[in-house]
Amino acid sequence: MTRIAGALRSPVAFSVLAGVVIGALFLVGTGADPFAAYGAVLSGSLGADGIGSTLSTTTSVLGLALALAIPLRAGLINLGGDGQMVLGGMAAAVTGLYVPLPAPLAVVLALLAGMAAGAGYAALAALCENRFGVPLLVSSLLLSYPASSLASYLARYPLKEPGSSLPQTRQLPDGVALPAFGSSTVTAGLLLVVLAAAAYWFTDKRTAIGYEIRMTGLNSRFAAYAGVERKGLTLRLMATSGALAGLVGAIGVLSFPYRFLDGALTAPGYTWTGLTAALLAGAAPLGTVLASFFFAMLQVGGLSMERTTEVPRELTQVLQAIVIVFLAARLSLPRRWFRRSRQQREAV
Amino acid sequence: MFFDSDLLMSALRALTPILLAALGGAICERAGVFNIGLEGMMLMGCFTSVATSWFTGSPWLGVLAAALAAAAYSLILAVGAVTLRGDAVVLGVAMNLLAVGLTSFLLRTVFGVQGTFDDPSLAGLPLVGGFSPLAYVAWAAVGVAALMLSRHVWGLRLRGVGEAPEAAATLGVSPAKYQYAAVLVSGVLCGLAGAQLALGNVTLFSENMTAGRGWIAVVAVMLGRALPLGVLLAALLFGLAEAAGFRLQGLGLPQQATDAAPYVVTLGALFLTTARRRRRTRPAGAAS
Repeated sequence: MTRIAGALRSPVAFSVLAGVVIGALFLVGTGADPFAAYGAVLSGSLGADGIGSTLSTTTSVLGLALALAIPLRAGLINLGGDGQMVLGGMAAAVTGLYVPLPAPLAVVLALLAGMAAGAGYAALAALCENRFGVPLLVSSLLLSYPASSLASYLARYPLKEPGSSLPQTRQLPDGVALPAFGSSTVTAGLLLVVLAAAAYWFTDKRTAIGYEIRMTGLNSRFAAYAGVERKGLTLRLMATSGALAGLVGAIGVLSFPYRFLDGALTAPGYTWTGLTAALLAGAAPLGTVLASFFFAMLQVGGLSMERTTEVPRELTQVLQAIVIVFLAARLSLPRRWFRRSRQQREAV
Repeated sequence: MFFDSDLLMSALRALTPILLAALGGAICERAGVFNIGLEGMMLMGCFTSVATSWFTGSPWLGVLAAALAAAAYSLILAVGAVTLRGDAVVLGVAMNLLAVGLTSFLLRTVFGVQGTFDDPSLAGLPLVGGFSPLAYVAWAAVGVAALMLSRHVWGLRLRGVGEAPEAAATLGVSPAKYQYAAVLVSGVLCGLAGAQLALGNVTLFSENMTAGRGWIAVVAVMLGRALPLGVLLAALLFGLAEAAGFRLQGLGLPQQATDAAPYVVTLGALFLTTARRRRRTRPAGAAS
């Protein structure tokens, strides 16, 4: 009993529960049956028809969640995921289209090019903070807009597929694609991202640099006193973060529809969902994986909820944000209430 | 001629929403609350103003409702950051996300459309002397905020709360009260900014229509060092970039280049001012 009560009082469980309850109130407010709607979310995301979609969404969400979690562990917020991802996708598309190599090598090179583009662009944001004192939060976000505009320009003019009415590049050559599992939309990209999560877990738990990162996040002045070089750490963390965001972009291009389509990478809002997942998990490696899967479930399940109950899928976005609002306020209200009532009891 | 009075006029029109939101951000900054939820509060203002104007037929009620709704929404930040001492950055990010989701959700449930709500009978704000009435409100607000912060006892106490909350508390000034007031004022200003965007600049609501303007406002607060006149100059810079972008688009530059212009200009200005400030604060004689 005490363990259940303890779990309920943890801020994460409380926030998720609060989100679900407030979401149910929204559903009742719009005249829908909350049980039917939540049931549709679960069956639509975990059922045989939905699980493949959930896993391929998890690939993108988890990749960006890791990209944001790694700097977040040191207290740095990278809001430029969109720009880094899009540049990564564009770099991968250009490599895949124009580098005359055998298909398997072209795939590897395209992935590396995507990671390099994302890493370089994120490092630029780190340099803005290190050299010019522009806060990372702001520099990374502001840099994201010109990157998206550049990629959009390239896809609409110089690299546009001739004769197509869509703002997209030509399709990658045959075989320049990530292998998929059977006939599903889940590609080897999922494995790459899970591998990245495992590497993050290992670094966080077992290595000195992981310890330095966590220490910087907990108390950056103490960490500086203990000899952690902040500027170098910021640069390395941002480069790693951008590389992961770029990887997600490259994976997106090397999966269906095997080309760079303007807006296709950013429209689903993976950057913000990833940030939400990283925040919910407090950037802890395993928690980030779980939270990413949870939000991918919500996103995919939202679509089937929309189909079966006519509740707009935007509800799931509201749910995500409510969870984080509660968590950010560290709404340990129950704990406070318990403490206060205990004090009152003892005072009597 | 490229720089003419037309360009200045359209710059002044473009800067109104940024200026209103940035003034709100500056007041919060002065009271010691970092407010990056400006974008979300603006978006709530956009939706509320359009919905109210549509149902009542009066854009003025739309403006009023937008101010009230955004102020109510800003309470999330006030309660979360001031009372519960949560992380203001995370709260602000979450509020921006919540606003996108909530307004898209309401757009679907109230109007039954996705993407954009646009109707010829939706009443927008009239123009007075070439500007929306809210533009005059914004300019007046700069003056009022500047005078309050530098002269009036409330403004001085607000700054005291922001700079040394403990000292203010010992003098009998309640930091929480002033911080709540600052956040609520920023909510009202962001609501007006949203109404200007949705009923002044255009007459429609579309998903995520603030498109980073709230973030530009956050940057304007930094650029202007949270001083009302500084914020005005920063917003003017953004307005000029946006107006020049439109002008260049007319001259054949692709839309993508002009879309990016305001963000690049803002970032450039941020570099220059912070770099200059740093050089000035660097100890004399230090090799550079």
